[in-house]
Amino acid sequence: MLIKLTGGKVYDPANKVSGEIRDIYVEDGKIVAPRPDAKPDQTYDLKGKVVMAGAIDPHTHIGGGKMTIARMLLPEDHLGDLVARTDVTHAGCGHAVPSTHLAGYRYAEMGYTACFEPAMLPANARQAHMELGDTPMVDKGAFAMLGSDDYFLRQLSEKQDFEAIKDYVAWIMHASQAIAVKVVNPGGISAFKFNQRKLDLDEEHVYYKVTPRQIILNLARALGELGVTHPLHIHGCNLGVPGNIESTLDTIRAAEGLRIHMTHTQFMSYGTEGDKKFSSGAARLAELVNKSPNISIDVGQVMFGQTCTASGDSMRQYAIAKSAHPKKPVVMDIECDAGCGVVPMRYRDKSFVNALQWAIGLETFLLVDDPWRMFLTTDHPNGAPFYTYPHLIRLLMDKSFRDDAFQKINTDAQAASILPTITREYTLDEIAIMTRAGPAHSLGLKDRGHLGVGAAGDITVYKDDPNREAMFATPAMVFKDGELVVRDGKVVKVVQGATHVARPEYDKGIEKPLEDYFDRFHTVRMENFKLADEEIVKGDKGAIIVQPTKERAAA
Amino acid sequence: MPTSTAPGSSRERANTKLFEDVTCPFCGILCDDLEVERSGDILEVVKSGCGKSKAGFERKLPPSSPQIRGKDVPLAEAVAEAAKLIGEAELPLFGGLATDVEGMRAAMALAERSGGVVDHAASQAQYRNFKVLQSVGWTMSTLTETRNRADLIIIAGTDVAALHHRFFEKIAAPRESMFGVTAKKRTIVVVGKGLDKAARQAGVGELVTLPCKPERVGEVIGALRARLRGFRLNKVDIDGVKLADIDALADLCRKAAYGVVVWAPPAFDFPHAEFTVDQLAGLIKDLAPIQRFAGLTLGGSEGATTAASVATWLSGYPMRVSYASGVPDFDPYRCDISRMLRESEGDLLVWIGSYSPDFVPPATKIPTIVLGTPGMKLPKSTDVFIPIGTPGVDHAGRLIRVDSVVSLPLKNLGRAELPPVADIVSAIEAAL
Repeated sequence: MLIKLTGGKVYDPANKVSGEIRDIYVEDGKIVAPRPDAKPDQTYDLKGKVVMAGAIDPHTHIGGGKMTIARMLLPEDHLGDLVARTDVTHAGCGHAVPSTHLAGYRYAEMGYTACFEPAMLPANARQAHMELGDTPMVDKGAFAMLGSDDYFLRQLSEKQDFEAIKDYVAWIMHASQAIAVKVVNPGGISAFKFNQRKLDLDEEHVYYKVTPRQIILNLARALGELGVTHPLHIHGCNLGVPGNIESTLDTIRAAEGLRIHMTHTQFMSYGTEGDKKFSSGAARLAELVNKSPNISIDVGQVMFGQTCTASGDSMRQYAIAKSAHPKKPVVMDIECDAGCGVVPMRYRDKSFVNALQWAIGLETFLLVDDPWRMFLTTDHPNGAPFYTYPHLIRLLMDKSFRDDAFQKINTDAQAASILPTITREYTLDEIAIMTRAGPAHSLGLKDRGHLGVGAAGDITVYKDDPNREAMFATPAMVFKDGELVVRDGKVVKVVQGATHVARPEYDKGIEKPLEDYFDRFHTVRMENFKLADEEIVKGDKGAIIVQPTKERAAA
Repeated sequence: MPTSTAPGSSRERANTKLFEDVTCPFCGILCDDLEVERSGDILEVVKSGCGKSKAGFERKLPPSSPQIRGKDVPLAEAVAEAAKLIGEAELPLFGGLATDVEGMRAAMALAERSGGVVDHAASQAQYRNFKVLQSVGWTMSTLTETRNRADLIIIAGTDVAALHHRFFEKIAAPRESMFGVTAKKRTIVVVGKGLDKAARQAGVGELVTLPCKPERVGEVIGALRARLRGFRLNKVDIDGVKLADIDALADLCRKAAYGVVVWAPPAFDFPHAEFTVDQLAGLIKDLAPIQRFAGLTLGGSEGATTAASVATWLSGYPMRVSYASGVPDFDPYRCDISRMLRESEGDLLVWIGSYSPDFVPPATKIPTIVLGTPGMKLPKSTDVFIPIGTPGVDHAGRLIRVDSVVSLPLKNLGRAELPPVADIVSAIEAAL
């Protein structure tokens, strides 16, 4: 079937198309070369509309054990946002930790066609993929969490051959069906189990005698040599701690030019200036990021209201448990593999700390020059639920709107922020880079995030509303793999997206020591730890797409 | 003699087939190191078995057929009749829910479509935990973490070995540990009377017993928390447990590198047992500022953990949800199916029990549809019976372990040609 989208103003930065009127042809789910002579089966007149590739969220907690703990924990939060079944869609609940179906519908209704769960514990990978399988509409993928798992820390501590470390990292990616690797509070989740309450970049883990710096360097290097496209995704040391800007900057310097992605930097960019010993480190972060082409970041913007923080960082989540709202934090130590902490949180615009967090996030967005290395996230649901993205986009694109919002926050926080002095307004091109082309490029999704020939027919059509919040909240149309799935911001057809994975090469010989290790210490057999393709796709849960990796390089 | 070898999973000899790395679905800890041999339709657990797994895998299935009001019918007729009853019901109750992930997904979809209520048969016990989680939160551990790290295990009011025959061998008193915390280097404290037999045989370094009734465990832990906070207590005698016992336990707690408090909510079978669980969670919380402690909650048989997790990610709630109004309407009191049946609420019971033949629906006057393992004793109220397979025996599947973190694949051991719950429930939904 041939579909023609005609007359729309196209923003496709990956193909250097900026607001030009173009016709787009989609056949059998893929974008094809223009065929002006062919008679399309369907034509959509997009005159006056803005056309972009479907948006991609590279960091959103939507599937896996900690999200189901959060869902279970917060019946009162669901109450305000219960959704009935329709002829097309399932019932469910929304707000801070939406049910799986609702997460998929609402992402699609906001013009998103792919979402990536950034914190999949290998021990919990099977369940994470089950939940992602029950998340319709969008493509998805997950990052395997490493760096506090006993096997890897043992390898480092015993100074095992680096090739063996690479084999293990690759094996975990296969076994857990991951597309990338994330490290969370490097070594710190494990250290917390040994009752260490903080672990700075160069502080030794009491048991393994390795430091976060070593963990980061080994993982970043391993991924580089394995040819995995997405660089090591780093949630660094000291999340949320005033003064953590120092360890964040040190972490960037520690990469020694290796490509790394620093995630939810808003939570990692705090200084200790001022009466309250809490200040913005955004300018210092942006300065270093701007001159370090090996670094990409996402922000983890805070927005005001009730949400729930959910992180693998059990050490830091325990530390903030006293700020829980409502007061019911959950912390878990998991399988000598990882951990998690789920802490409900209400960000208040009249709170100095929360208001400054909001300003730090916006400062970061506006001070980092290169949108190709900056992705739009709230670290859903940690900074705010993902439904706040359209509002966030308007804050970035509309200086006077931003100034009005700034006037409403805590006045001490106003005095501590340089936000009003920043005049930048994001352009539609930059938004398209930050929410489409950039994440696709970073994650190695060859056929997503752009509208060139051969790309998937994941296309979002917006009304060109000068109120950018309204524009991005309610797309006129969303196409998924060439099918019209959303009209005027409502799901009209439910589809199942694919699961993206990356499969770097490894030496199967690693399974010998691993099998022995599982038998001696674990409660699961190695063979059962591994997640089969069949488990992901069975029951019409969408295909698996293996994204390419570069050839494995020797050390 | 023809031989074939499937990698890592099964070896075939004449007429028999050996399955390796088999996951046992018959209790909540899902041991996955079993070897099971099949000859014809007879299974034998030949390695890593326990009483429960042997009883489960080796049970001989009686012949069984779909039935409508006691009369054998073809499957299609039974499915059509079930669809008719569900379609006509004002408020169908989806109970039992002893199934696997796929079965639970299907049951949720059918309950939503038909405006029904979902609740697992074991949720009375599970809610002793959920009420605490949803009120004050908690800190938890998992099986592998406890196996390798716990130097102090406090078992509260629970006969763990009766629930999980291999718990001591695999978790509480392992031969090897990642961090050298082997059985000999562990202390186990049993709070409860007559519950320490398995712990005594486990060969741990130290065993301490504070005998009291399960109803008094909360008080013992309350006294312990008071002493750990430095309060004076006069004349402590909690069902025989004295102040010196409490203080000795307080010392053990302070010395622990990683303490784990173990309980199974089914053990606290008395009114408002959530307050006992609250004391256990509170003990962990009290100790947390200066040392590491965590809970490990057990039980979770009959797919209970799976049902709660799947229901939660699909609806937002750990069961006790009604879809009567179209939205998932959560009310842990009102949507308790055992209460609804007692008080004649609901007009149809749909009961799912795929593991044990003893997992029978409660007596009720309302019409009942049973999707059950063959051999289940059906109540008189049964209008439709459809025999179904056991996940991990008759068909492949997945279950979530009692720690709500790890899930395991279940193999098709080819015992009987019985359909999975998911297939039957989906067929019923399609026929609505």
